Amino acid sequence: MQGLPLLSLAIWAPIIAGVAVLFTGSDRNAQAARVIALVGAVIGFAVTIPLYTGFNLQQGGFQFIEMRPWIGAFNVNYHLGIDGISLLLILLNSLTTVLVVIAGWDIIKSRVSQYMAAFLVLSGLMNGVFSALDALLFYVFFEATLIPMFIIIGVWGGPNRVYAAMKFFLYTLMGSLLSLVALIYLYNVAGGTFAFLDLYEIPLPLFVQVLVFIAFFMAFAVKVPMWPVHTWLPDAHVEAPTGGSVVLAAIMLKLGGYGFLRLSLPIVPDASIYLAPVVIALSLIAVVYIGLVALVQTDMKKLIAYSSISHMGFVTLGIFIFNAQGVEGAVIQMISHGFISGAMFLCVGVLYDRMHTRQIADYGGVANRMPVFAALFMLFAMANAGLPGTSGFVGEFLVIMGAVKVNFWYAFAAAITLIFGAAYTLWMYKRVVFGAVANAEVGALKDINAREFLVLGVLAALVLVMGIWPQPFAEVLHTSVNELLAHVSYSKLPAQ
Amino acid sequence: MQYITPLWPAYPELFLLTMACAILIIDLFISDDNRIFTYGLTQITLVGCALLTFFTGNADPVYTFSGMFVDDLMADVLKLLTCVAVIVILVYARAYTAARGMFRGEFFALALFATLGMMVMISANHLLTLYLGLELLSLSLYAMVALQRDSARATEAAMKYFVLGALASGMLLYGMSMLYGATGTLEITELARMSMDGVRAQAVLVFGLVFIVAGLGFKLGAVPFHMWVPDVYQGAPTAVTLFLGSAPKFAAFAIVMRLLAQALGAEMLVDEWRQMLMVMAVLSLAIGNLTAIMQTNLKRMLAYSTISHMGFLLLGVLSGTIDGYGAGMFYVVVYVLMTLGSFGIILLLTRGGFEAEELDDYKGLNQRSPWYAFLMLLLMFSMAGIPPTVGFYAKLSVLQAVVHIGLWWVAVIAVIFSLIGAFYYLRIVKLMYFDAPLDQSPVQASGDVRVLLSANGLAILILGIAPQPLMVMCIEAIRASI
Repeated sequence: MQGLPLLSLAIWAPIIAGVAVLFTGSDRNAQAARVIALVGAVIGFAVTIPLYTGFNLQQGGFQFIEMRPWIGAFNVNYHLGIDGISLLLILLNSLTTVLVVIAGWDIIKSRVSQYMAAFLVLSGLMNGVFSALDALLFYVFFEATLIPMFIIIGVWGGPNRVYAAMKFFLYTLMGSLLSLVALIYLYNVAGGTFAFLDLYEIPLPLFVQVLVFIAFFMAFAVKVPMWPVHTWLPDAHVEAPTGGSVVLAAIMLKLGGYGFLRLSLPIVPDASIYLAPVVIALSLIAVVYIGLVALVQTDMKKLIAYSSISHMGFVTLGIFIFNAQGVEGAVIQMISHGFISGAMFLCVGVLYDRMHTRQIADYGGVANRMPVFAALFMLFAMANAGLPGTSGFVGEFLVIMGAVKVNFWYAFAAAITLIFGAAYTLWMYKRVVFGAVANAEVGALKDINAREFLVLGVLAALVLVMGIWPQPFAEVLHTSVNELLAHVSYSKLPAQ
Repeated sequence: MQYITPLWPAYPELFLLTMACAILIIDLFISDDNRIFTYGLTQITLVGCALLTFFTGNADPVYTFSGMFVDDLMADVLKLLTCVAVIVILVYARAYTAARGMFRGEFFALALFATLGMMVMISANHLLTLYLGLELLSLSLYAMVALQRDSARATEAAMKYFVLGALASGMLLYGMSMLYGATGTLEITELARMSMDGVRAQAVLVFGLVFIVAGLGFKLGAVPFHMWVPDVYQGAPTAVTLFLGSAPKFAAFAIVMRLLAQALGAEMLVDEWRQMLMVMAVLSLAIGNLTAIMQTNLKRMLAYSTISHMGFLLLGVLSGTIDGYGAGMFYVVVYVLMTLGSFGIILLLTRGGFEAEELDDYKGLNQRSPWYAFLMLLLMFSMAGIPPTVGFYAKLSVLQAVVHIGLWWVAVIAVIFSLIGAFYYLRIVKLMYFDAPLDQSPVQASGDVRVLLSANGLAILILGIAPQPLMVMCIEAIRASI
């Protein structure tokens, strides 16, 4: 196992499978497209398992390193490697791809091969983002992910899909283009290299650091998304097909959080600390204000989208309080949110496929007709509200604990969300699932089939495991997080 | 400097000239049904010319015709690319010209003479040689635009092109005369030496420089000398638009290099023209991208997109460094590759009397032909500069050159306008993928077009995954020549 270039496989296996799927052509061969896609996704997930089992918990720095010259003119290498943070995100991504392929199995009926191919390519590209150790390679993967997602939203999305797809693309492109200029600037300062490890070492005056931080912030804050640049997300989520929403919420948003951890903090630590109060303020606004916004939504997908923004506020809060609990909590929150939001969107997808409406008011008494579904949905709703024993609790608890150490009021404001979270999630759940059967369409509902049960069951198990026994997730993070924090605490300001 | 009398560095041009004259005569004896023979002969000529260029190529500059003509690495690379581009153009244009009565000897002879003009421009080491090449190219292009005699739009476009082109040539010539007045020489290498040492009539030199830059701005189509571009692009027959929008940019880049980087490349003069180019570049980016958003005609939209690409090209040039010139050359190669591909798709979709030049004609292309829609998608994302297409690296190297000389704020302006530009490229993707087709007729193409167009589109992706060879080639070519 040691000899195999596992990270390259994790990136290229899904992409090659995606291209293979495209060759099945039109919808006459839809079944072949589905099977190849599933095989590709499973292989893509299988090659990431040895990454976890072979991961050395004590060793700092990056592991599974691969390095080949790529663009000599810019001294750019095809340089891959992972630490604990990227490891978990790669696993999450590869697993989610399998689930998304299964979830789209017979729901997607038009242009199946292109649908499956888009998800597989997207999955490979995102593994690339999480394992790139060269800033240009990172950037290439980071932006390339926009193309498949743009297609996914635009082709298989809802009625307002064109607007949503354009908004999604241009919003995220705006941020990343500015960060490109910052990276080119750093390349020149560092004397002609894009390697992360070199960029981590260069001294920069505070003013420059602040500008670079702002450029990075534009890229990653849009992606997270943070208030006030979050407005693309509800549109994108509402219009995207179920699979698109799942990948968007479960993984794409994490590119932002990951970017903060991989670029902003280590490259411009002083500016990160200097501007942390601003970021924390924005995070708390997201947590509290967006929580309130979620409360009044009438569209289920929109509600979950706003709940995502609110939960991602925890992530940025955790990252910018610069202590071990905070950062670990943030990463765990990212993973947990990947499971929970993915599951929540799948649940809405299950209902939408049957009823073709996402309005809460059109539902009521679903539990009478779909008891199994109602039970699973219940679990995810509770997890979304942060109930102890589910994965949603672990990350939020760690972040709040970390925040108390810094400032009691940060923690207090963040903790309020537990109340709002419970309020909007459970209130929606009550209106949709409980009560008497609301109308004839609800009366005709059929419970979930084996395929849907498989997808939701896997996620339910993960939510519970992570909630009850978070150790396997947390232990891979310790070394990486401590190293990162040590790096941040070391000032990069040039000696006066 | 070494003067040699042998003519071998100019063999490709001599061969091309002979063959162009021969084809003009041979064509007289060929009936309309056998016109394919002329076509074949033209292609063979171009292939032969490309091979000759390749085999007479050499790394160190060689001068001939008493120093009026130079054969260096940059010239070899650009001439080779020009020949290849013209070959591709003629393949793409065959069906279109045949359906419109333009598949005739005149078209091929003009194309060959235009190619000859470009090659002479690329190899010019003397302002007169340069001007000669430029006029040969321009006159051929005016005639090509007007080739469809019955089309009022084409005639109008040709008229505009001619009047503004003549004005630009006049400016360039006036500038050259001032350079002569200030230095007493027309030879580029000599000019370079003189301006490096500093001349007494510095003011005249700088004054001449202004006219040179304005003339070059016209030829490139950079704002504020861009007015002809949209009208000519839209009015000319699409096959001719493809021609004048692609290959001549190599030659235009070459004369920019010869005049600005070589002849007027002294430190002090670079500072002078850098400011002018910067204004032109930023305006081109702004006006090109903003105006393109409002277009409903794809050819016109691509014309404005060309203007913005020229802005990017100028950014590379204005850095005044070898890497910057190399970035500019890389940009121009990538630009021509993208232009060939996107006009190739437009030509592919035209049938009989139907011109596929409105944006709405692209609706639902993905359902009519997923493969060509995918190629167009790659081309559009490449023009927008999204990785992993090669367009990204073109923008990256230009931005790097600009940031390297400390103009990071210009880079910020450039990326903001390319963000705006992304919108109209995305709109094409949107039309092709998200909308339902207006007509269901399948897309048909002959085998050669299919293969070439696929190779062209995939090159965008493959060069995006492995841009190293092309980048190195451009930088090496510049390094060996400037």
